[in-house]
Amino acid sequence: MSIATVMDRTATAAPSTAHVASEGQGNRIAFDRVTVAYRNTVVLDNFSLIIEPGEFAALLGPSGSGKTTALRSVAGFVRPVSGSVSIGDEDVTTMPPYARGIGMVVQNYALFPHMTVAENVAFGLRARGAARVLIEERIRECLAMVDMSQYAKRYPRQLSGGQQQRVAIARALAIRPRVLLLDEPLSALDAQIRRNMVEELGRLHRELPNLTVLYVTHDQAEALTLADRIAIMRDGRLSAFGEARSLYHQPPNRFTAEFLGHANVIPVRTEALDGPSGGMRVRFGAANLLTTAANNIPAGANTHLCVRPHSLKLEPAPDRLNMIEGAVEELHWQGHTQSIALSVNGSTIRVVSTELRQLPKIGEKLTVYFAAEDAVLIAEDGNA
Amino acid sequence: MPNAAAAERRQRDHAGVGFWVLLPFAVLATIFLYPLSLIVHEALTAGTGAVSSDGLRKVLGSAIFVSALLNTVRIAVVATLGCLTLGFTLALIYSFVPFPGRALVAKMIDVFIALPTFLVALAFTFIYGSAGLINQSLMAAMGTQVPPVNFLYSSWGVILAEVTVYSPFVLRPLIASFSLLDPAQIEVASSLGARPVRIVRQIIFPAALPALLAGGSLCLLLTVNEFGILLFIGAKGVITLPLLVYDKAIQQFDYASACVIASVNVLLSLMLYSLYRVALSGLGGERAAVV
Repeated sequence: MSIATVMDRTATAAPSTAHVASEGQGNRIAFDRVTVAYRNTVVLDNFSLIIEPGEFAALLGPSGSGKTTALRSVAGFVRPVSGSVSIGDEDVTTMPPYARGIGMVVQNYALFPHMTVAENVAFGLRARGAARVLIEERIRECLAMVDMSQYAKRYPRQLSGGQQQRVAIARALAIRPRVLLLDEPLSALDAQIRRNMVEELGRLHRELPNLTVLYVTHDQAEALTLADRIAIMRDGRLSAFGEARSLYHQPPNRFTAEFLGHANVIPVRTEALDGPSGGMRVRFGAANLLTTAANNIPAGANTHLCVRPHSLKLEPAPDRLNMIEGAVEELHWQGHTQSIALSVNGSTIRVVSTELRQLPKIGEKLTVYFAAEDAVLIAEDGNA
Repeated sequence: MPNAAAAERRQRDHAGVGFWVLLPFAVLATIFLYPLSLIVHEALTAGTGAVSSDGLRKVLGSAIFVSALLNTVRIAVVATLGCLTLGFTLALIYSFVPFPGRALVAKMIDVFIALPTFLVALAFTFIYGSAGLINQSLMAAMGTQVPPVNFLYSSWGVILAEVTVYSPFVLRPLIASFSLLDPAQIEVASSLGARPVRIVRQIIFPAALPALLAGGSLCLLLTVNEFGILLFIGAKGVITLPLLVYDKAIQQFDYASACVIASVNVLLSLMLYSLYRVALSGLGGERAAVV
């Protein structure tokens, strides 16, 4: 059965319950001022976010930032102390997990070890009292979707980690969930399989365009590759939310800049608007720099300039507008790239370059250049 | 010459290993196998010095032995089923329903296992006995001289006491087994639409099978051989194999019959233990290690 056929049938097959991706329209996930606390510790603080139908949204943040708690509040495994969670038009805040119609995939797969692959995939359908014919059909469809048809009779212990995760995805999709929740689904896999699975998830999302996906990860590469929009979380709060590309190139705050792509955040003072470019002239020590993205920060303010390490070049730019000189502090060879840390005016600036024929020496003076459009002014720690 | 020295050293090492293997075997033989062999010898020879089946046939064919055997099996099976039901229910609550004082409960289970069995029988006489708390209250309330609750002196009293005493032996391995169950399995099952009863039936119960099997087998072994509870409760007409051994040996001085019955009891225990090992190796899987 081809994937296209599967997908056509996915959109039209008879639902087993009322909770089916509503006639192919997908479901919105809405957090409205959600606060979750364990005893006296607030782990999710006044969290509001709307994920549109059919959107692939990633919750990205360091450990303890509240991203998994947010996902678990959609699943129904944590009860907010205030605020509400909605799926589609339905407030599910107090609804038990089994009634929410969600598909969930977790880090360690959580396959049922005493059931075969086919029985695992059928579990949700049986729990919902689906007819035997429908169950057989869905098992075939969903295993074909994740390319696991030939393993239907095997037990989880007879599968590799990547194969187990595919089965977990098939199991979650078999019930035609209103939304799909993925909680660090690739964390337990080794690097090579993880790369393959990222591609697989990307393909699944393209093939299921109406399925709303909430993806929790601490891996920015996964989030950037897969997500339409990314929510950056910090200390139980939403730090930034936007399209992946936009967040990466124009981070709204320092935390986002540093967490997403490990940008250099340079303390600068804004000098004056630059007429021709519409940007802002800034001063960093003795260096006069120009950025085209002023982000409404007025002249005369102490703020930060965000420049990605790979945007800093060792070769002079034609206009030589933005150049910074510093002393080499550290050198790290990383195979196809070279990481150089420069000390400039008491700050450390990281440069990622392609492999150099001749390495600079520690302490040697080095000048780096960047284009005005590769630098963004950011506020200290404002929220999005 | 170095080869000869090495060979001598190897020989010395083997001798050392042999000593440490033989020592525990010798202790075991002295304190367990020798007395057991005496019992079996007495059962087979009936004190005559020659092996004869007459004594065996006489004891094994007697109505009191058949009755004791049936009583033993019936009480042991029902008590074990009771232990499994109560133990499984309590382990579910302990492991999956958060409540304050959980750590204290765990300690109490350990203490309970360490207590002598007759203590429960004694406590039961205070509660359910003819002059116990319940009967005294009911007699005062109903104005009667006859204790209305009298199950304690029947096989049901014995079963209730055994269930109370031996349930922790099921509870302990079950709690250990549940601690290995990935909570994500339960959460995922729930997210897929499974209600609590289905989760218990299809996710938790299969994971608990080896522990249930281990705890149940242990209960069966212990209840088959239970003596103290039966003696203390003194249930009328409830004779089991251990009580019959006691009766024949201590009260009637019929050591030959006592040894025949004891041998049957040992055989029954060994069969149960073998069944337990076979079942555990067949169903145990990765969780067999915890039980």
